[in-house]
Amino acid sequence: MAKPRVATASLCGCFGCHMSLLDIDDRILQLVELVDFDRCPIDDIKEITGPVDIGLIEGGCCNEENVKVLQEFRRHCKVLVSVGDCAINGGVPALRNLVPLRECYEEAYLRGPSVDNPSGRIPDDEEIPLLLDRVVPCHEVVRIDHFLPGCPPSADTLWAALTALLAGRAPELPYELVKYD
Amino acid sequence: MTTTAEQAAAAICAEHGDDRTRLLDILLAVQRRHGRLDDGIIDALAARLGIPRVDVAGVVSFYSFLGDEPRGRIVIRLCNDVPDLMVGADKVAEGLEEELGIRFGETTPDGRFTLEWASCIGMSDQAPAALFNDVVVPNLGPGAARRLVRELKLHPEVADLRRLIVREYGDGKNSHDLVRAAVKNNIRRPGEVILADMAHGAGLRKALAMSPAEVIREVKTARLRGRGGAGFPTGMKWEFTRAGDAGQRYLVCNADEGEPGTFKDRVVLTERPDLLFEGMTIAGYAIGASRGLLYLRGEYAYLREYLEHVLSERRGQGLLGEGVCGKAGFDFDIRIQLGAGAYVCGEESALISSCEGLRGDPKNRPPFPAQRGYLGRPTSVNNVETLCCVPRILEMGSGWFASLGSRKSTGTKLLSVSGDCTRRGVYEVPLGTRLRAVLEMCGADEPVAVQVGGPSGQMVGPADFEREICFDDLATGGALVVFGAGRDPLAIASQYLAFFIHESCGYCTPCRVGNVLLKERLDRIRAGRGEAADLDYLQTLGQTVKAASRCGLGQTSPNPVLSTLRSFRSAYEALLVTPAGGAQPGFDLEGRLAEAKALTGRGSVHFGS
Ligand SMILES: Cc1cc2nc3c(=O)[nH]c(=O)nc-3n(C[C@H](O)[C@H](O)[C@H](O)COP(=O)(O)O)c2cc1C
Ligand code: SF4
Ligand code: SF4
Repeated sequence: MAKPRVATASLCGCFGCHMSLLDIDDRILQLVELVDFDRCPIDDIKEITGPVDIGLIEGGCCNEENVKVLQEFRRHCKVLVSVGDCAINGGVPALRNLVPLRECYEEAYLRGPSVDNPSGRIPDDEEIPLLLDRVVPCHEVVRIDHFLPGCPPSADTLWAALTALLAGRAPELPYELVKYD
Repeated sequence: MTTTAEQAAAAICAEHGDDRTRLLDILLAVQRRHGRLDDGIIDALAARLGIPRVDVAGVVSFYSFLGDEPRGRIVIRLCNDVPDLMVGADKVAEGLEEELGIRFGETTPDGRFTLEWASCIGMSDQAPAALFNDVVVPNLGPGAARRLVRELKLHPEVADLRRLIVREYGDGKNSHDLVRAAVKNNIRRPGEVILADMAHGAGLRKALAMSPAEVIREVKTARLRGRGGAGFPTGMKWEFTRAGDAGQRYLVCNADEGEPGTFKDRVVLTERPDLLFEGMTIAGYAIGASRGLLYLRGEYAYLREYLEHVLSERRGQGLLGEGVCGKAGFDFDIRIQLGAGAYVCGEESALISSCEGLRGDPKNRPPFPAQRGYLGRPTSVNNVETLCCVPRILEMGSGWFASLGSRKSTGTKLLSVSGDCTRRGVYEVPLGTRLRAVLEMCGADEPVAVQVGGPSGQMVGPADFEREICFDDLATGGALVVFGAGRDPLAIASQYLAFFIHESCGYCTPCRVGNVLLKERLDRIRAGRGEAADLDYLQTLGQTVKAASRCGLGQTSPNPVLSTLRSFRSAYEALLVTPAGGAQPGFDLEGRLAEAKALTGRGSVHFGS
């Protein structure tokens, strides 16, 4: 029987959630025994190659590319999980929701202290994804099946959730694993 | 350096005995004189009353009739309740804005006019209605509104606004010299208890011949329950209050009548003030209070002089004051406390805060007002209509009262009927009357929905028209708004949520935030971007807000959503969409990208437009 397939992506996050996944230490050896990885920053596969059992999303959506990737994950993943506070609430990036989008662009491309932009224009390069007018959590864009709170969720939290999902159970985590203060 | 305004403010404090518990009256008087309560005045008042500045500023920011922004000499408050919007209050607003050249929330540069929206001002049967300062202008069409404003512009110094505005007096005591209002009573069906023809005084005389405990027993035997919304047994409340600390106790009459669509207390105050004051006096006797307060909502300030006059007449007749009716040892008098435009002040603990000159924040319970209420003393808060039943029970007997209405809901109920029907106004019907019977009486032609009990009550459809109006079935504080063919129950629910969002005192998160989330999700569904799971979301969130809120406002604010989910589920379902690929229909990608497209001057690469 083929191993279950797992895919992960970092949208508007800091990669801290992925680092936490690496933090499971030697259990990583068990993990590669248990599953095959599809698209994931760690194996550098850029596009999902086929049906996926579990998708893990770090980060919320701040631009059109994030939306695109998230929709792709939703289409291919049986179970989709919002991992970490950025995916669930928007997190730190969502602080920019208090600033008008024009000011964000101007600070980044025109006025910021380290900016050198003789054209004096906001770039229209297609390589730079268009920003959404506000950073939104993943579940506002697509249906999300499970949420793992934490910034980042601890390695134990991620491990407990993954093993539960692989066993076909909803990750019902004990209080100690989802309490942060 | 003190300005003349600050000196005048200090003088107003002196008129109120420099009593900080009268702060609301003081602020209303200063606001009336200066049109604003700015920093200098707030400092002066705080210093004079010897209280922290924040205590004064907090009260100023709480009430909608008070504010630190300068307001015009004539403040026009247009009612934006549902019955008003149904008959074109928005058109009236446009007319006023054009004529004055300002938007709502603004004041004309010459400092003469301010335009504001008001929550229900208790005139739903004669909507659209507005307040010009204290003067009520009912049935205000867009044309009439323009004419009125043009006319007022011609008279820069207005000594008597009422004389200039009111062309024709309403019926009954609305034409009394001290009222002179265009308001109509619209009494459509007088019943046996409150709007019947009666002689005054018999109930009070009988009560004073009994012991207080006997009076309470009589009210209990009549099984009188509170008419203000919660339906608590009145006799039991009095017993608790009487059992409170010895010494000064208080009787407070709740005439805040803020529940949108309710206006029956206004009619009672106009036509039966003696019955009310008699009821308050009997209640005072029963609980052992020598002081009573009538909390009159600010919107009904036009009745104040008249009510003061009735009170002084009663004093002259020995019906108030020392030794009421010659009964040695029973002293009772009544003070009128004016409110300042806050729905939550109708909630009894908030009402008490407001009487004490504080922000109208609800209080934690226990202690209940019966234990520790006004100024920390045992207090009974009763609705206008409840207190009016009392002299009648004493006069006619508890058996008579209990024979009216149904077994568990005795007596009659005043209903304020408005909306899509031909005979809007006040109906006094026996409790237990079927909703359908009332709809027939008021000439409602095949209504699609009826809001029973105001926004905090229930929105019901034709399937519920056979239900009875009483405490145990369709409970209502008195409001009944009828919606005819073509009205959209979901749009109405959304308007009612806007009302709660505006009126929440903000203390508890479930109420302050939850109502906003409910409205957002409801509006998303109405815009055709909702999915099936959103109905569960509304249900769960609504129940959470009810369960986790401190006072009755938050405990009932989700009702517009929850009751429409029950009665008009198919209307919700018809709007739902099932998006492809697990997308959330509420996510508006186009809208979210529009600004970035404009700023960068290019289209989307990923979504090809
Ligand atoms: C937000 C809110 C507003 C209320 N408004 C009123 C009101 O305008 N008039 C009223 O009599 N009761 C109102 N009540 C109910 C009062 O808290 C209280 O129950 C009532 O005045 C008691 O009088 P009763 O027992 O005679 O009904 C309100 C309650 C809440 C929670
Ligand atoms: S949740 Fe915390 S760790 Fe995870 S992406 Fe956001 S900021 Fe980084
Ligand atoms: S429920 Fe609402 S109105 Fe009542 S105390 Fe809480 S926030 Fe204030």
